[in-house]
Amino acid sequence: MDIFIQQLINGVTLGSVYAVVALGYTMVYGIIQLINFAHGEVVMIGAMVAFSVITALAPGGWPPLMVVAAGTIVAIPVCMAIGYGLERIAYRPLRNAPRLAPLISAIGMSIILQHLALLVWSRNFIAFPQIIKSEPYHIGGAIITNVQIAIIATSVAMMAGLALMVYRTRLGTAMRATAQNPQVAGLMGVDINRIIAVTFLIAAALAAVAGVMVGSYYGIAHYQMGSLLGLKAFSAAVLGGIGNLPGAMLGGVLLGVVEALGAGYIGDFTNNWFGSNYQDVFAFIVLIAVLVFRPTGLLGERVGDRT
Amino acid sequence: MKGRNPALIWVGAGLVAIALLALPFALAQAGTAWVRITNFAILYVLLALGLNIVVGFAGLLDLGYIAFYALGAYVYALLASPHFNLHLPFWLTLPFGALVACLFGVLLGAPTLKLRGDYLAIVTLGFGEIIRIFLNNLARPVNITNGPQGVSRIDPFRLGGFDFGKSETLFGLAFSAPIKYYYFLLAVMIVVIITTIRLQNSRIGRAWEAVREDETAARAMGIDTTSIKLLAFAIGASFGGLAGGMFSAIQGFISPESFVLVESIMVVSMVVLGGMGNVWGVILGAVLLSFAPEVLRYTVEPVQKSLFGRSLVEPEVIRMLLFGLAMVLIMRFRPAGLLPSAVRKRELAERKE
Amino acid sequence: MSALLQAEGVSKRFGGVQALAGVGFSIRRGEIYGLIGPNGAGKTTLFNLLTGIYLPDEGAFSFDGRLLAGLKPHQVAEAGIARTFQNIRLFANLSALENVMIGRHVRTRAGVLGAVLRDRATRGEEAAIERRALELLEYVGIAARANDAAGSLPYGDQRRLEIARALATEPKLLALDEPAAGMNASETAALRGLLERIRGDGITILLIEHDMKLVMRVCDRVLVLDYGERIAEGPPGEVQKNPRVIEAYLGAPAAV
Repeated sequence: MDIFIQQLINGVTLGSVYAVVALGYTMVYGIIQLINFAHGEVVMIGAMVAFSVITALAPGGWPPLMVVAAGTIVAIPVCMAIGYGLERIAYRPLRNAPRLAPLISAIGMSIILQHLALLVWSRNFIAFPQIIKSEPYHIGGAIITNVQIAIIATSVAMMAGLALMVYRTRLGTAMRATAQNPQVAGLMGVDINRIIAVTFLIAAALAAVAGVMVGSYYGIAHYQMGSLLGLKAFSAAVLGGIGNLPGAMLGGVLLGVVEALGAGYIGDFTNNWFGSNYQDVFAFIVLIAVLVFRPTGLLGERVGDRT
Repeated sequence: MKGRNPALIWVGAGLVAIALLALPFALAQAGTAWVRITNFAILYVLLALGLNIVVGFAGLLDLGYIAFYALGAYVYALLASPHFNLHLPFWLTLPFGALVACLFGVLLGAPTLKLRGDYLAIVTLGFGEIIRIFLNNLARPVNITNGPQGVSRIDPFRLGGFDFGKSETLFGLAFSAPIKYYYFLLAVMIVVIITTIRLQNSRIGRAWEAVREDETAARAMGIDTTSIKLLAFAIGASFGGLAGGMFSAIQGFISPESFVLVESIMVVSMVVLGGMGNVWGVILGAVLLSFAPEVLRYTVEPVQKSLFGRSLVEPEVIRMLLFGLAMVLIMRFRPAGLLPSAVRKRELAERKE
Repeated sequence: MSALLQAEGVSKRFGGVQALAGVGFSIRRGEIYGLIGPNGAGKTTLFNLLTGIYLPDEGAFSFDGRLLAGLKPHQVAEAGIARTFQNIRLFANLSALENVMIGRHVRTRAGVLGAVLRDRATRGEEAAIERRALELLEYVGIAARANDAAGSLPYGDQRRLEIARALATEPKLLALDEPAAGMNASETAALRGLLERIRGDGITILLIEHDMKLVMRVCDRVLVLDYGERIAEGPPGEVQKNPRVIEAYLGAPAAV
């Protein structure tokens, strides 16, 4: 039972990171019905930038929390610039092209971003400075650390902030209108190009924070960390129902829990034929299962094929 | 086509044939390494042609295509190496590998081919990763794949007393192992090219075109779109499996490292760069991109050394940056590729939704 | 016995909208059967149900003595119903000839092996496909455009090409969704000639059309739908005088 609770805690922590990344996929998808294939790389860049800043500031004797905050604050604009660039270079010129064209150009961007990161941060695994001392708290037999609590709290705050923005501001209304029907929204005076750009910017900012969280959680960063993370977050978005904000949150947390419990128990269920090294398979199995049996996801509204 | 002089075509084809036959000996002058590089280029041509059936003909983006290559490679390696102490002949293992890849293609395709294009892309990507994860981990509790260490000492092709892995002198010419494989690969490639072109210009090829253009209309014309797409997937997968088996034999060693996501993306870029749907374009794309790292190694390296006294950026990284850039620029400025197929060109240029 | 297609109690609901409510009719072999009604009456929905794109909530079609229930669109085509689309759906980037050749798919057999080996049977079939496709282009009067991309043809020719492609599937029933839409008077007259010729060749026609002059002239019988319900059926002359039909079309002078 303790192991169960422990895996649940780990799953929710990781899942809340997935949720924040998944929000980026789902927002972009909601607006332009395209998968932002390079979104995972934006998360990676966020982690890398934060890593550099934190490493530089760590010996300065500042309070650890401030150092991490500084890293995040630098990572956000960098990621936003990349997100904006992605939209301008890979997506906007191809808005009227067949769907596969922007996907392929986004794959190109993602290769470029990865290898630029390789040039800057090397191809090695980078130890993320653990300047916040991990303090365990005991819940029954299970342990939750202050880092985990911080990650969950930050994710919740970001999701709440995003929800407020989307459902309570003029900008959010314009975004939802564009998602519903870009032509009509355009006729009603919404500047579609601006809304799409803003969506990429917000998604990138979320990605930056997610990068810092995932770096702090695992304690390492790597120039290829973005693709797997991105893929999992995308699966989370699909699980929740792509284009649906609460769906991305639910999907992220669920996927984290499925992964953690799966990795924790697969050995028991398969007589140790399979072990926790199969953890990464669960996300894909969930993805394929959802797409095959319920393509609209758990909370999805859009029905079927729009093309 | 009709206006061309048939005699001229035959002369041209004859010259190309002589060039292809003489090529390995010319390359061997520069070093056996170049023959090997050419052999790998042919493997990439085979992969690109196989993926082209899926992406170019049927219009389905498969980002996990390398998984079929991996399956073919592992089937060959496990059935012809000391790992299980099995040494089956290649004319059995090679087709069997293609068959296994084909089977997996059907297993993956059957439930997922109803999905819309970009979802399918992600699902296939996930499939590619699943296969790699299994190859990496199926070493315990029963050692099937030997995990990350991979399988080594894989048998070369042998036919009676003729061993592709050994050098020998025939008709006064020195046939090294890579040269022998070159001729085998060349023959397979020609068969695959003819197969592909014939498929394209057939009832099946037309059905793929119809599905790619408008699925609803294709269905109304009596085309069973699900099975025709599955057929593309299965044929593409078997080409991949076939290439994988040959890779195993030529390389003599395989590990999951050879079948990472980047490899899938590389094959996609070959197809995209050359021209989706056009067999000659796809071949051009594969040849260009597989020689790119070598060319870079012999150009970028010396330039960097002379400028900075040392190599700052590895050619591999430059190659990947160029890949990425090429994909972005091609989609933007020449979406139908360097040698576009006429139909795809119209599709990619004119469609406004 | 002479009924080729029989519909009974066909209903379809989309969310809160009853698109079709218990519609029944029967089409006789060799007739041209019109399907008319104001916009939103459920005509295209009926087509989509008939051709297997949607499943009916209730009711069923029986065609040529066979129940169509649950057949997928490609099976419906195989059973002998070919259709055109209201908003033309040609394979726009393929040539006109290729479009019609694709229509032959369902009546031909060559598979992968045949395609690769190009054996005598496959070559023969391929030649027959091309020959038949050219004949059909000739038949609808656009043989001169055989090698042009379908999307580049003038509007009227695209409509004809769609008919040729549908005929290539050797249908017993040809279902046309507004074939005259966007045509001028002389094109419409030529279309009328074509429809009569097709019927003369033994193919039954189901015709959705807004051009009332064409419907009145060419159709043997007409079914009128309004808000998803059958409000009248009969020879055009009778239907025209039916008070419910006049009411449904009130304000639409075309009905006069």
